[in-house]
Amino acid sequence: MSSALDSRKAPTRQPVSRGWAATASVLRLRELPVLIALSVLVIVTYLINPLFLSAQGVKDLLLNATIIMILAVGQTLLIVTRNIDLSVGSILGLVAFGTGSIFAAMPNIPIIAVFGIGMAFGVVLGAVNGILVTVAKVPALVITLGTLYVFRGLNNAWAGGKQYFAGDRPDAFGGLSVDTFLGFPIITLVAVVVVIAVALYMSGTRAGRDLYAIGSDPEAAKAFGIKVSKRVLLAFLANGALAGLAGVLYASRFNSVGATTGTGMELTVIAAAVVGGVAIFGGSGSVTGAALGALLLTTITSSLTAVRVDKFWQQAIVGILILAAIIIDRLASLRTAKKLRISEARNV
Amino acid sequence: MSETTTPTSNAPAPEAPLTRSPSTTPWRKTRTAKLLASRDAITIYALVAFLIYASISIPRFASPVTTGFLLLDVIPVLLIAMPMTLIIITGEIDLSVASIAGLTSATMGVLWAGGMNIWLVLAVSVLVGVACGMFNGFLIAVLGLPSLAVTIGTLALFRGLALVTIGDNAVANFPKPLTAFFTSKLGATGIPTVMIGVLVVIIAFGVLLHFTPFGRGLFGMGYSKEAAAFVGIKVARSKFWLYVASGAVSALAGIFWTLRYTSARSDNATGLELAVIAAVLLGGVSIFGGKGSILGVLAGVLLIGSLNYALRLGRVSDVVLITVTGLLLILSVVAPSIGSAIRGWRHTRRVRRSTEP
Repeated sequence: MSSALDSRKAPTRQPVSRGWAATASVLRLRELPVLIALSVLVIVTYLINPLFLSAQGVKDLLLNATIIMILAVGQTLLIVTRNIDLSVGSILGLVAFGTGSIFAAMPNIPIIAVFGIGMAFGVVLGAVNGILVTVAKVPALVITLGTLYVFRGLNNAWAGGKQYFAGDRPDAFGGLSVDTFLGFPIITLVAVVVVIAVALYMSGTRAGRDLYAIGSDPEAAKAFGIKVSKRVLLAFLANGALAGLAGVLYASRFNSVGATTGTGMELTVIAAAVVGGVAIFGGSGSVTGAALGALLLTTITSSLTAVRVDKFWQQAIVGILILAAIIIDRLASLRTAKKLRISEARNV
Repeated sequence: MSETTTPTSNAPAPEAPLTRSPSTTPWRKTRTAKLLASRDAITIYALVAFLIYASISIPRFASPVTTGFLLLDVIPVLLIAMPMTLIIITGEIDLSVASIAGLTSATMGVLWAGGMNIWLVLAVSVLVGVACGMFNGFLIAVLGLPSLAVTIGTLALFRGLALVTIGDNAVANFPKPLTAFFTSKLGATGIPTVMIGVLVVIIAFGVLLHFTPFGRGLFGMGYSKEAAAFVGIKVARSKFWLYVASGAVSALAGIFWTLRYTSARSDNATGLELAVIAAVLLGGVSIFGGKGSILGVLAGVLLIGSLNYALRLGRVSDVVLITVTGLLLILSVVAPSIGSAIRGWRHTRRVRRSTEP
C-alpha cells in the first residue's frame, strides 16, 4: 500500500517503486505467514533430525498431505462464498468404498474410468448439498451437518462390516501412491495440478472472482447481477468432484476402505483452510493458502514425530497452530483495514 | 430488484399492529396461532406423536426400562444442548464442547488415580471445564475472533490436552457407591436419579433465557449485534459468560459420561458436538441466531433419543440410525422453506387473480 502512495508522489522514480511494489505485494500475500511457518518448521526439524528430509521422508510428507490438500481446495471454494461443507468426510468415505467395490466387481476396469466414476459420484453427492442449500435457502452449515449423517449412514448400510483391502485392487492403482515422478508421488502431482488449476480459475476468471464477490456481500453481489445461486451450486458441485477425487486417491493410498473411512475428516479440512488464511466468513483467502495450510497441518505431525516430541502432545500443538493462525489473520486484516482507511482518506 | 421489494415488504409490517391494536382479540388470536405453529411447537408435536405411536405399536417401548436407558443415553447431549442453545441464539457456536468433556474425563481419571479425594476430583474437573470456557470466551468475546474457527481450534487443543493428561490409559476404579448412584433409578419409575440434577440445569437455563433481561438480551444480540450494543446490552460480557457456562456444563457431561460408563479415557464423548448441534437445530433454534426456545430443544433432543431407541428396539441396525438423525435435521430446516415457498406461490396467484378483470 505504501508503495502505491510512493509512486503517486514521485512518478519519476517509477522503476524503483515498481520493484518495491513487487516486494510489497509479496509481503502482503496472505499465504506468507503459513509459508514462513512451514519453512521454519521444515528447516528446524531437518537440523535436529536430517533423516526428515531424506527421499523417503519427503515422499511421506507429501503423501500425507495430498488428500487433505485436495479436500481443502474444494472447501475453500465454498468458504469463500460464505458456505461450508461438513459432509466431505462422508463423501470421501462413500466414494472410497465405492472405488473398492468397483475394483472387486470389475478387476479389469481401466483406472481412469474409476477416477471418472468416483468424481461423478462425488458430484452427485455435492449436488444434493448444493440443491438443498440454494433451492431451499437453508444455511450450508445445517444442511451439510445433516448430509454428514445421511451419507455416513448410507456408507454404513452399504458397507456393513465389509472392508476392501489393497490386495483387492490392481497393483497399478495402488502404485499411484507408491511410484514417483521427479521425486513426487503421482497422487501428489494430481493434487498439485488440482491446486494450480483451481487457483488460476479463482484468480483469473470471471466466475472465480464472482465467488469472492458473493462471499464479501451476497446482497451486493446479487444487485450487481451475479447469479448467486448458480455460482454457489457450481461451487458445491466442484467441491463434490474434488471430494470424489480425494476418495479415489484415498483408496489408492490406504490399505483398507470400509464403513468408517473418512470419519471426522471435515474439521481437519476446515482447519487446514483456516490455517491457510481463508477467512471463515467468506470473501477472502486462496486455494494455494489452503493447500499450504493442509501441508503445514500434516507436516507438523510428522516433524513432531521426527524430533521425538511425545506423540500425545501432537494434537494439542495442532490446536495451538489453528488458534495462532486465526489470531495472525485477524492482526493482518486489522492492519489492512487501517491502511485502507488512510489511503481512502488521502484519495478524498 | 431489492429497491422495489423492500418498500412493499416493509409497508404492511408497521401498519398491521396499528390497525389491529384497538381490537385486541384477533391480534391475540393470531399470536397464539403463531405460537402453536412455530418451529419449536412442531418439534414438540412430533415428539408427542412419536411417543404415542411408539407406546402403542412397539412392544416393550412403554416401560420403565425404556425411560431409564433412553434418559441415560440422552443426558450428555441434553446437558450440553442447554448452553449450546443460548450460544446459537446469540449467533455464535461452540464446537469444543465434546473435547471439554473429554478433557474433564481425563482429568478425573488422573487425579483419582493419583489418590485425590473424590469430591475434590469432581470440583477440580468442573473448574477445568470453566477454565476451558473462559479460554474460548476470551478469544471470542474479548478478542472478537470468529467462534466457528476458534472452537475448531480449541476442539483440537482440548482433545489434545486430554491426550497429554491421560495418554492412552483408562482409569476405571472409581468408588462403587458413586458409579452406582449414577446409574440408579428413582424407585420403580425408571427415571435415573441424576435426572434431578439435569432438570435443575434445564430449568436454570430455561429461566435464564426466557424470563430474565439477560436472556432477552441474547435474542437481541442474535438479531443484530450493533442494535443490541446500542440499547445497552453488554454483548462481549454476555458472550464471555455463555462460553464459561458452556465449559462448566460440558464438564458436568464429562463427569456423567465417566461415571456412567465407569471409564475415564481421553477419547470419551468424541464427536458429540455435532450430535448436540443437530439436536439443538432440530429443536427450532435458528443457526443465524435470534430464534429458539429451551422447550423446543428439549423436544429435539428427546425426539432423536427416543427415535434411536425405538429403532434399536425394532432391531433396526445401528448403522441406519445416524441416517435418521441427518434426515430429520434436513427435513426440519427444509420443510419450513418449502412451506413458505408454497405460501408465496399461492399469494402471487391470488394477487394475480384479483388484479385480472
